[in-house]
Parts: sequence; C-alpha cells; structure tokens
Amino acid sequence: MTPVLELRDVHKVYPGTPPVASLRGVTVTVHAGDLVAVVGPSGSGKTTLLNLAAGLDRPSRGSVRIAGEPVERLGDRQLSGVRAHRLGVVFQQFVLLERSTALENVATGLFYRGVPAPERRRAAHAALDRAGLAHRAGFPVAHLSGGERQRVAIARSLVGRPAVVLADEPTGNLDSAAGDSVVALLHDLNAGGVTIVVITHDERIAASMRRRVSLRDGLVVADTGGGS
Amino acid sequence: MRSRLRLADLLPVSTAGLRARPGRTALSILGVAIGIAAMVAVLGVTRSSQAEVLAQIDRTGTNLLTVANGKTIRGAEAELPVTAGAAIARTEGVLSAAATATVPQHVYRNDRIPAGRTGGLSVRVADPGLLGTLDAALVDGRFLDPALARYPAVVLGHYAAGALGIADVSDGPRVWLGGHWFSVVGILAPVDLAPELDTAALIGAPVASEAFGYTGHPTRIFVRALTSRTAEVAGLLGRAADPAHPEQVAVSRPSEALTARIAVTGATTVLLLGLGAVALLVGGIGIANVLIISVLERRREIGLRRALGATRTHVGAQFLTESVLLGAAGGVAGVVLGSLMTWSMATVRGWQTLIPAPAVGAALAAAVLIGGCAGLYPALRAARLSPTEALRSV
Repeated sequence: MTPVLELRDVHKVYPGTPPVASLRGVTVTVHAGDLVAVVGPSGSGKTTLLNLAAGLDRPSRGSVRIAGEPVERLGDRQLSGVRAHRLGVVFQQFVLLERSTALENVATGLFYRGVPAPERRRAAHAALDRAGLAHRAGFPVAHLSGGERQRVAIARSLVGRPAVVLADEPTGNLDSAAGDSVVALLHDLNAGGVTIVVITHDERIAASMRRRVSLRDGLVVADTGGGS
Repeated sequence: MRSRLRLADLLPVSTAGLRARPGRTALSILGVAIGIAAMVAVLGVTRSSQAEVLAQIDRTGTNLLTVANGKTIRGAEAELPVTAGAAIARTEGVLSAAATATVPQHVYRNDRIPAGRTGGLSVRVADPGLLGTLDAALVDGRFLDPALARYPAVVLGHYAAGALGIADVSDGPRVWLGGHWFSVVGILAPVDLAPELDTAALIGAPVASEAFGYTGHPTRIFVRALTSRTAEVAGLLGRAADPAHPEQVAVSRPSEALTARIAVTGATTVLLLGLGAVALLVGGIGIANVLIISVLERRREIGLRRALGATRTHVGAQFLTESVLLGAAGGVAGVVLGSLMTWSMATVRGWQTLIPAPAVGAALAAAVLIGGCAGLYPALRAARLSPTEALRSV
C-alpha cells in the first residue's frame, strides 16, 4: 500500500534564543485508509507535526512526503498545489468565513484548484450531505451551532477528496455531545475510505481510534500500528 | 497538480473584504475621490471658463484696437488732436474707427438726486459709428445717429442703465445729465472689449459741444482693422492719430487682455492641480493604511486560504485587487463629483459645461495607479505572512 503521508527522521527547530526544538527525529508513516490519533501533552510537538503534515511549514531536517511529494524540495507554488489537491485540514477553531453560508464555506475547499463555481457548489452539496448537514446548506455559518460548524469544516476538508484529512483538536471547542458526534462522523468517513489523522489530547477520543501515535518532547514514544 | 485561482473568482474574493466593512470602504474611497474630484473640477472649470473667454474673443474679434491719449514727456496727460478720428479712419488697413471722449459731467435719474451720488457713471461723447466698430449690440431702443447726435439723446451702457433703474425705453425715460434733461433712446448690451462703456452714458458730439463746451478732442478711439494686418496697423496708428507727437498716443489691443486672462488661469490651474495631486496622494496613503489594518484583522482568513492551497501570489493578488478596486471606485466617484462641481459652477456663471475627456481618462488612470501603489505593501505583507502563524492568531 502506498503511504499517503511519510515523515522520516523529521526535526523542527524554531529559531530564537535559545532555539526551540519542537520535533527531534520523528518518523511516522500513514497509509491510505488509516485512522490515526496523534496524542501527547501540550508542548509535545503535536501541532508542529500537523503543520508539517499539512504542508504549511517545512522541516528543519529530515523528509516529509505528502502523497509521495517531497515537501522540502517543493517551491511555494508546488507546495500550495499539494495542499489544494491532496490535503484537507480541520482546525480546532473551525476557521470558517463567517459571512458565508455553509455551502459557500464547503465550496472554498475547491477554490484554489481552479474548479468553476457551479461545479464547486455541486461537490459542496455532496460533501455537506456526507457530513450530515445537507439541510443546513443555505444557512450562514454564524447561525450554526458549534458541532454544526465543525461539520461544515469537515465537509470543507472532504470536498476535494484529499489523500488525507488532518484534524487538529477537532473537538477541542465543543461540548462532549457535539464532540462525540464529530468523532462519530470521523469514524463514519474513515469507514467510507477517508484517511484521517486526528491530533488530540483527549484520551477517550484517542482510545476510539485504530492507531495511536504518542508524542512526548518531540519524539514518538509509542505507535500502536507504526512501521507497517 | 497546480494551485490555481480562477480570474472569475479573484474579483468576488477581493470584494468580500470591502463588502464586509462598507463604512470603512466608503471612507477609503472618499479619500481618493476628493483628490480626483478636485483635479477634474479644476480642469473642468478652467476649460469651461476658457471656453467662455475664447468665445468672447471670437465674438469681439482680435482685430479691435484702441487708441487713447498717452502721456507727454513731462508726464502730463496728452490730448489727441481733433482730427485724430478722421485721420485714423483713412489709414490703410483700418475698416472703421469711432472716437469717444469723456465729458466732465454726471448723469442722474432725475434733478432731485444730490450731485455727489454719481453712481460711478461717466458721460462720454460717442461717434454714431461706435456700435458698428465695436460690433456691440443693443438691449433695447437704438443707437445715436447723426441726427440724434444733435439732440439731447443718450444711450446708456448696460450697467449704467441698471444703476439708473431703466430697463427699457418704451415709455420715453429721461435722465438728468449735466443739468439738462436727456431722453434715453437706447440701452447697450455688455461690451466685452470696452467695459468702460458699460458704466457710461453716451451722447452725440454736437449736443456735447453745444451744452458742455466739448472741444472735439477724443480721449479714446476704437479701431477695427483688417484681421491679417492688425499688428501692422497698430504700428501706424500713433503717427496717424497725432503726426506731431506719435509717442504721446497709447495704442492697445483689448483682446490681448483676454488672452492674458487665459494665461493667468493656466498658471492657477497648475497650482490647483498640484493641490489635487496632494489630496490624491493622501487618499492613497489612506487606502494603504486601511489595507494594512485589514491584513492584520484577516490573518486567520489568510492562513485558511493558504491551508486551502492559495499560493503567496494568490493572497497578494487578492489584496492588490482589493486596493486597485478601491482606487478605481474612488476615481469613478471623483470624476462624478468633479463633473458635478464643474457643472454647478458653470451653470451659476452661465458658462457651457466642458469636461476634457483626456482629463477624465487621466484621472481614472491616476486613481487606479494610486490604488495599485497603495496596495503593494499590504499585499506583500499578506503574501509573506507565514500560514502557521496566521492560523495561530485569534
């Protein structure tokens, strides 16, 4: 099976006095169809890992391959292309365009692929439907509940059928009922074939995932399905 | 596998920020609009007023010359010879000549008005040919003719008639002129090239010599020359008017004063345009300011767009387009505002409204350019924003 995400001996050092080593040699491989939880306490390097996996940042050392593309060798244009075509990202704070409807927000997932607007809307409808929010398509996202907003964000990450969906604390801003429903949605999507990496410090959510990667002080200390 | 932003999507995405804050957008547009409006109005008003002056020159012609008494070598006022008018009329290249002379008398509405209240009006002797030479028009009545010139008849200048409260001559109004009753037979329209006639009461030479002892020395002779030989004729007039002392004759060309007026407005225009440019520059700085704030406020959105696959160029283009749109909107608003100002000014002054098309084009181009320049720095900042930092900000 081809790995959709491959981090090999990845180091990330943030400049400063003194420099902060956020990742100190992380190797993780994610295959198509995986459902992975990355867990660890604050400051363990989870978010840095996500930023590198999402092509938003580059490693100081080591190699990151997203769908086979070596991040450290790509220019801004090419790396942006990888983000537009191969990745879906879900944030803890949703990060939605507050003045737009749920449908428009989901459609922005295809915005930087050069897909014409009518086609974007069709795909957005389908993605909203998969996220169980078809009935909210025309609602301004500002009027939606937290759980619904996160579903919109998940639908946006799905709309382009990316190789992998990365979710950073997707339940962090939700109450437990809404959080559970979002986790259930992630499980459903994974069952439908979507590769998902969830970053969380919620042990309960992590426990529900098939594979757990534990980080501590910038190192992988446990990987229940690693190396496969 | 390329990141791509459709041109059709760039416009809505760039206006989203503007639509989200209509008040701020309107204010930043206003800055540029004021600058552009000032420039368009300056050019429009100057052009409209120049057109008016040019029309005046066209109406009156550039071939009118005036001959007046100059100064003697000792500085005293010289006197034109009695024969000056006739001599000038015989000069080659002269189409017609008409002499006028001031008479030290005053004109009043009636004999009850105190002598001091002259209203600034003068009394002048005029040749019957004056109307034709000046190509002037009458508002009412008729001009002096050789017969009328022998009788106490008076033609009033346009302002003089108003000052004396005489609007028409149908009921045979009379005025008290130098201790005699004179019948008003005509009222002149304003004379552009000889504004001194607007405040004058014109009487015939025979009646002036009979009643006021007028000796026949003209003080000002209007000369209409062949257009092609006007300058040459101007050189001949001194000698023709006073062969003995040609240096004591002042010859001038009234149309030159009007031409000078255009030159003067030209100089003022440059100054005012400069002020407009300063306003435009300030407007541009306003746009830059607003956009920098906007980039700071929309860091999360920038981060999101980067995460969704936007390149640096896409993010920069979004803010640059926003800025150019602000500039263009300011330009359009400014042109409308400036045209409106020109129109109202021209309407009040009774001019024809003229807004030079190249000025409108240049104003719009300047507005777009200013918008573009103002947007460069904010767009660069937005493009350079690290996506991870942008997403972390709240």
